[in-house]
Amino acid sequence: MSPLRPLSRAVTAVLGVADIVLEPLQNRIGLRRMAYFFLLPNLLIFGIFILFPMLLNFYYGFTTGESILPQNREFVGTQNLAKLLDCQDFRNPNTCNEDRFWRAAGNTVVFVVVEVTLIVVFSLATALALNRKIIGRGFFRSVFFYPVLLSPVVVALIWKWLLQQDGLLNALIVSAGGQRQPFLIDSGWAQFWAIIVGVWAQMGFYTLILLAGLQSIPPDLYEAGEIDGANAWTSFRFITLPMLMPTMFVVLVLSLIRAVQIFDHVFVLTGGGPGTATLYLVQYIYTTAFQSRNYGLAAAASLLLALVLLVLTVTQLRLGRRAEAA
Amino acid sequence: MSQPFTVTRTAPYTGGVVAFLTRLQGGSRFTTSDLLTYAYLLIGTVVMFAPVLWLVVSSFKQERELTAFPPSLLPYWQQTVAVPGYENPLDLYDVTLEDGTVKRLAQISRVGINAQMIDPENPDAPPITVNIRQRQPVRYLNFSLQNYNEAIVKFPFVTYLTNSVIVTVVATALTLLINSMAAFGLSKYRFKGRDVLFVVILSTLMVPVSVILIPAFLVINQVGWVNNLLGVIVPGAATPTGVFLLRQYMLTIPDELIESARIDGATEWRIYWQIVLPLAAPALAVLAIFSVMWRWNDFLWPLIVLSRTELFTLQVGLNAFQGDLNVQWHYILPMTVLTLLPITVVFAFLQRYITTGIATTGLK
Amino acid sequence: MEKRHLFSLMLLVLLAVLAVGTVSAQGTVELRITWYNDGNEGDVLRDLLDRYEAENPGVKVVIDTIAYADLDKTLQPQVETGNAPDLARVTDVSRYKGYYLDMTPYLSDPEAWAAAWPAPIIEWMQSGPEDKGLYGFMTQATVTGPFINRTLFEQAGVDVPSDSSDQVTWQEWVDAAKQVADAVSAPDLKVYPVAIDRSGHRVWGPALNMGAVFFERDADGKPLMDEKGNVLFTADSPGFRSAAQMILDWHANGLTPVEVWAGAGGSYASARDFFTNGQLVLFMSGSWQIGAFANNIGDAFDWEAIPNPCGEAGCTGMPGGAALMAFKDSKNPEAAVRLMEWLSSAPVHKEFVERSLFLTYHVELAQSGVDYQTNVPGAKKSLDTFLGEIPKLSDDAWVLQTARNSFSLNIAIRERLTQAITGELTLDEAIQRIQQDVDDARASS
Repeated sequence: MSPLRPLSRAVTAVLGVADIVLEPLQNRIGLRRMAYFFLLPNLLIFGIFILFPMLLNFYYGFTTGESILPQNREFVGTQNLAKLLDCQDFRNPNTCNEDRFWRAAGNTVVFVVVEVTLIVVFSLATALALNRKIIGRGFFRSVFFYPVLLSPVVVALIWKWLLQQDGLLNALIVSAGGQRQPFLIDSGWAQFWAIIVGVWAQMGFYTLILLAGLQSIPPDLYEAGEIDGANAWTSFRFITLPMLMPTMFVVLVLSLIRAVQIFDHVFVLTGGGPGTATLYLVQYIYTTAFQSRNYGLAAAASLLLALVLLVLTVTQLRLGRRAEAA
Repeated sequence: MSQPFTVTRTAPYTGGVVAFLTRLQGGSRFTTSDLLTYAYLLIGTVVMFAPVLWLVVSSFKQERELTAFPPSLLPYWQQTVAVPGYENPLDLYDVTLEDGTVKRLAQISRVGINAQMIDPENPDAPPITVNIRQRQPVRYLNFSLQNYNEAIVKFPFVTYLTNSVIVTVVATALTLLINSMAAFGLSKYRFKGRDVLFVVILSTLMVPVSVILIPAFLVINQVGWVNNLLGVIVPGAATPTGVFLLRQYMLTIPDELIESARIDGATEWRIYWQIVLPLAAPALAVLAIFSVMWRWNDFLWPLIVLSRTELFTLQVGLNAFQGDLNVQWHYILPMTVLTLLPITVVFAFLQRYITTGIATTGLK
Repeated sequence: MEKRHLFSLMLLVLLAVLAVGTVSAQGTVELRITWYNDGNEGDVLRDLLDRYEAENPGVKVVIDTIAYADLDKTLQPQVETGNAPDLARVTDVSRYKGYYLDMTPYLSDPEAWAAAWPAPIIEWMQSGPEDKGLYGFMTQATVTGPFINRTLFEQAGVDVPSDSSDQVTWQEWVDAAKQVADAVSAPDLKVYPVAIDRSGHRVWGPALNMGAVFFERDADGKPLMDEKGNVLFTADSPGFRSAAQMILDWHANGLTPVEVWAGAGGSYASARDFFTNGQLVLFMSGSWQIGAFANNIGDAFDWEAIPNPCGEAGCTGMPGGAALMAFKDSKNPEAAVRLMEWLSSAPVHKEFVERSLFLTYHVELAQSGVDYQTNVPGAKKSLDTFLGEIPKLSDDAWVLQTARNSFSLNIAIRERLTQAITGELTLDEAIQRIQQDVDDARASS
């Protein structure tokens, strides 16, 4: 790394120079208040470019109009929220005023439950396999992680290329004597693939987190278990699983948030179709804003989405704490 | 166990526990559970990698081969031959003639089910009319870069690549700097409102960027960064995930280190730069790779902020190039492979740091 | 501590980039055109602009090409925040009214400009009857209509209905196409009789011909509108029902590839690939496909456009096209308008449409005719057919095309009809939802 060393020295020098300014600052405001200095750049960018637009977006939820400029939009109170929530029977979207929102909500619930379950199952299985003493562990670890690097657009293009009517998968089925399957045209199949592609693209990340959890379980626990006569299953059930619980909660919370926010790869893969079979909430918000040009309704829907996510996360964290305390 | 698991750097346990679901079978025997493990991992490897491999192989195929069913496994190209008297090279076919013999002929034209064929050895003879079901194209294996060349000529690849690299590198540096400063502030100081601040930062994880595109664009416009790479670089730098990850890691750095440095007269800035940052290196490496990944793959936000061709990033350029109606796979496949290449190379070199980095930082 | 070095390197790059600052402006005038492509027109335009730049030293014109699907999504925020390009190619002309540049003061001869384009086009770009401004021109005229694969008809030995009759109904066309498809389909080649683009706009023509009433008119014959100028669209009419039912039946009876309408949600989709692969007998689309067909089909089969099938209410297609508009934000309005004048001048525009294989609304060229530069017989024949369709366009078709809120009807028909096709809604429910969607869009506009 020798070529980097002079650079490193240069940067250290620059940051040393920073101290010329920062030392008087520290003397002036005191050591404790330096915390605010360290937080300032991040908070400034965060506040201006993330928090403020988010609050502005929530304000859009109470307005109507075609313009994107807030000053040109008409304030209508809770009209948009009321429209979204106007429904006779939430189990049947056709009875709702904004039926597509409730179809998207229903689809999202199914997607989240199945996707999170599959992610937990497969990444746990893979982590357990990778935690064994096996040849080529680094290789396998990389292979499972690789899809995490790909952009959702690329992930969708790759799978579209595989799953289309004339794609490789159908060719394999036909050559095995089967019938071509309408993978992206049939509602059931499209929902299936939307989930599978999501699992494919993300499970490597969660596998690594779980692997870290597995490796942090102290070995003497297993030794003690063995002395007590534990077999493979019982030591998995009574040592590995409980010790892995905190990590599992991380995986659950993260994968749940991401699953609820599912958008890009499905948007490219199926466009939400056939019909509304793979229309999920974020795509509903996106198309309502950019195609139907109803920014108010879209913003109101995003407000509801954020609320639901907040409740879910807080509940999960509470449950997580209780489980740990027990 | 009130404490979530802490970071421990123990080596994987290799004791003699008989445990299918936990560790390797003891001894040197190759057991059923080993077999299952390897079978699972090998099938997994195929499932994880084959789709990408198929994309790469397909990207070399000739345009007309891309729509063929069943698709050929390897890239085959149509054999052509130059025939005197014809401007363009003609496609070669093996034709089954009426008397059952097979002859290699060149096709002049095709209308409906009938093709006009000519013998390239004897171009002066009158053309033969052949039913298209009686002919087989003559093809050869070819990993030529023709698709790549055509695609690159079609759009300013180098410009887009440069922009993508600038955005990725600068944004990652900025992210590392401000996130680590914030994480230092949140983990090593006690002050009023600290926990509230942390929760506010985390709560923004609940709203995806695709939902706040328009309001965020209005802010960028006020700042004057429309059609400016800074407009793409800066907003995403204050990532809640990064602050969270670094803060959790810095919590594990003993406060005593910092106290003793203060006693030695080090300023807070020096403590941050010379003590905390080096110790947080594994977590910084993980954040760096995530940042590179996010920025390289970012699409919707640059699309909204940038409208000038010379500022497009690869992802935006690739999209513009898809056209509106039809999917031109023979351009899209090679371009997709090209966008994959840099990040794959980076990963190939750094994969050990990345995968073990995530493992040892122990996301909580 | 290699990572620290890496980190240092990144920091250094960051500082360097921040220090560089802005590049100083050049002495030349730079004009920017936001553009999208259907076929090769972008290349033709670049070629013309190179010539313009050579003739006008000091002017540099940059084309910013983006995907059609992202056009309005990126243009609207730019336009509303004062970041509009000098010129942009748009299809939803109504959307940016109020932001266009009135070129009148800069034009060398405003009257000649106004006379060069049909009045409905000029009015479409104006904000109202009082507005006399000149804002842009049509780079291309489009007419919707079907294409047929004539070779497939020949192979099947089925007569092409339009060869013997000027007025063919959809029923006759579909029956003939079905015969063809049955005759030529093989186990390894599925040929579909008919397909229509996934677009409400494509459905409007057939629906109007079957007697659809999408809006009522007042005593003066003007469409009924609300106070904002939105047309009061009506979805439920027997004519629209027939057209929708026809498309549903195509799907139910396996006459059409389901990929087009059911394969992609949330966006426009075309059946173009099926046609260019020779898997489609009759393809309801429009004149903008000609350029792509000429390039992609080559001599693989004979194809041509046919006149729009007739119903009891007429034989209209839908007009349309892409306009090149000048925007107020331009820092060089004079240079921008000079370029507009040059691009819309008869000889330059003639070359543009000839090489792009586009129809044109240009009055003079429409009379004198243009000489399309293609050797593909199908392209020439199709252009003639579509030219013949322009005079047949009905009044209702023009209202549907130019109403400020017609996008809502277009999207509602596309999305709701898809849901009816996939079985999520009945046709009755779909029609109710279309009505609700367009009413909601009006209310929130």
